[in-house]
Amino acid sequence: MSRRIDWSGSAFRGVMNTLALLTLALLIAPTVVVVVVSFTNGFSLKFPPPGYSLRWYQELLDASQLHFAAWNSVKVALATTVLAVVLGVAGALAIARSQTASARVLDSLFMSPLVLPALAFGFAALMTFSAVGWTVSTTTLVIGHTVVCVPYVIRTTTAALAQMEPALLESSASLGASRLYTFRRVTLPLIRPGVMAGAFIAFMSSFDNVPVSLFLRDARTDMLPIRMWQDLEGRLDVTIAALSAVIVVVTLVLMVVMERAVGLSRRLRQ
Amino acid sequence: MSARPPVTVYPLRLAAPLAGFMALFFLLPMLMLVWVSGYADAGMTQWGSAASWAKMFDAFGLAVLGDTLWLGLQVTLLSLVLGYALAWTYLRLPSQFQTLVIFIVMMPLLTSVVVRTFAWIVILGRQGIVNSALMNLGWIDAPMKLLYTRTGLVVALANVQLPLMVLPLITALQRIDPNLADASASLGAGAWRTFRRVTVPLSLPGVVAGCLLTFAAAITAFISQSLIGGGQMLFMPMYLYQQASALSNYPFAAAIGLTFLVAVLVCVSAFNALGRLSRGYAAG
Repeated sequence: MSRRIDWSGSAFRGVMNTLALLTLALLIAPTVVVVVVSFTNGFSLKFPPPGYSLRWYQELLDASQLHFAAWNSVKVALATTVLAVVLGVAGALAIARSQTASARVLDSLFMSPLVLPALAFGFAALMTFSAVGWTVSTTTLVIGHTVVCVPYVIRTTTAALAQMEPALLESSASLGASRLYTFRRVTLPLIRPGVMAGAFIAFMSSFDNVPVSLFLRDARTDMLPIRMWQDLEGRLDVTIAALSAVIVVVTLVLMVVMERAVGLSRRLRQ
Repeated sequence: MSARPPVTVYPLRLAAPLAGFMALFFLLPMLMLVWVSGYADAGMTQWGSAASWAKMFDAFGLAVLGDTLWLGLQVTLLSLVLGYALAWTYLRLPSQFQTLVIFIVMMPLLTSVVVRTFAWIVILGRQGIVNSALMNLGWIDAPMKLLYTRTGLVVALANVQLPLMVLPLITALQRIDPNLADASASLGAGAWRTFRRVTVPLSLPGVVAGCLLTFAAAITAFISQSLIGGGQMLFMPMYLYQQASALSNYPFAAAIGLTFLVAVLVCVSAFNALGRLSRGYAAG
């Protein structure tokens, strides 16, 4: 009896662990593949590469269109992050500790861009802007990106506020501190890691945004992910591999920094 | 429970700037979509017609919608199998490995989706890893077509969206009292039976949450669908983009967008209802 159970137990663990290993391999593979293939000395995306060189990084240094798009993307992502944090933190403060019906309605409104198809929103925003005579520009991009990035700030800030001990606010007030002083000296330091994590995710997702940028940009405001997508649709350019490797490495470094600074992984799981 | 002193609650008017912003730049555009969809022609001269809606709900449009939802279901099921095994194994790892695994799971979430999709082009391509490996092993003579196929697209999408599945599953599995599995085992249930009758039912809230996020992400994944699926497959996001961008048929594009939006909303509500049911089940 006990031997039979034992056998089925290890078979079960074996199946689970094998599947888990396979999944981990699938998760790591794309990153490794991109980095390795970017060092190829050939003209194709053959894997493994026939030989290794830095030629595509050399190409990348001269790819002025990509530089232009990358710089635009960084500018838009920075402006989006600032706007999303200012609007989002104020919004989160208002709804996080409130149980009223209006707070719940606002919460669903603020979070809805996360699940609704962003492509439909991007198109709707373009229709609206052109109806009032706004041409696409960096401003329209920042507005569109903020709508889809604000949920991340709301989520991490609300989670941080929920963990805060209300007694701290009460004692600060009973010691005579004004609301603003309490906010600056008690609330803000306590929720700062949550806000920073939200800001980081908002920045990354703006930098990576395709569906909104697709409609709200033009040649003057080219965005990096769109440029890359269009390059890949045309022909499989190895320069994109070098660029991808750079993006992967920068993302990894930023993730490690944010993990050390604010415990990013804990906040993403809330 | 007594009412909280007002000092711990922030005034609701702090949400006013964001509420105004969202009303202007999110709700208004959505209403605009409804308005635009009412035009009869691409030139938008005649309003008050259901022409673009009729076009959306013709046999072709319905097939595209159905196929998009079917793709989402396939991706979600594959992600669930892979993600569940990973989440289950994760909880049985020593803590230093747990940190590493969480990092590996999170990485794709923050890496550019174009980059991740590009990686799958390299993996699935004619000269990619899968084909090279199989040819080196002598299992196939000529490279298989993996890119621009349904299977390739499902595998790549499942992988791209996997973090959205794994993270809620880990949270749900963590909440289960480990004594329950021990109790089940001591009462004579084998590992499979315990998994089926104890672990899976108790983790249902996480399963529903993960499936909701994965499904919504998979059906709207414009970049992966267009680059890995190729021109042969048409899903709702590309259908909308073609009509709006290449053909400048805004009323029709608006009808497609709204239909897609409502379809996603219906699916999300269905998942949420399931989630409430499963939470009641897991708690009771």
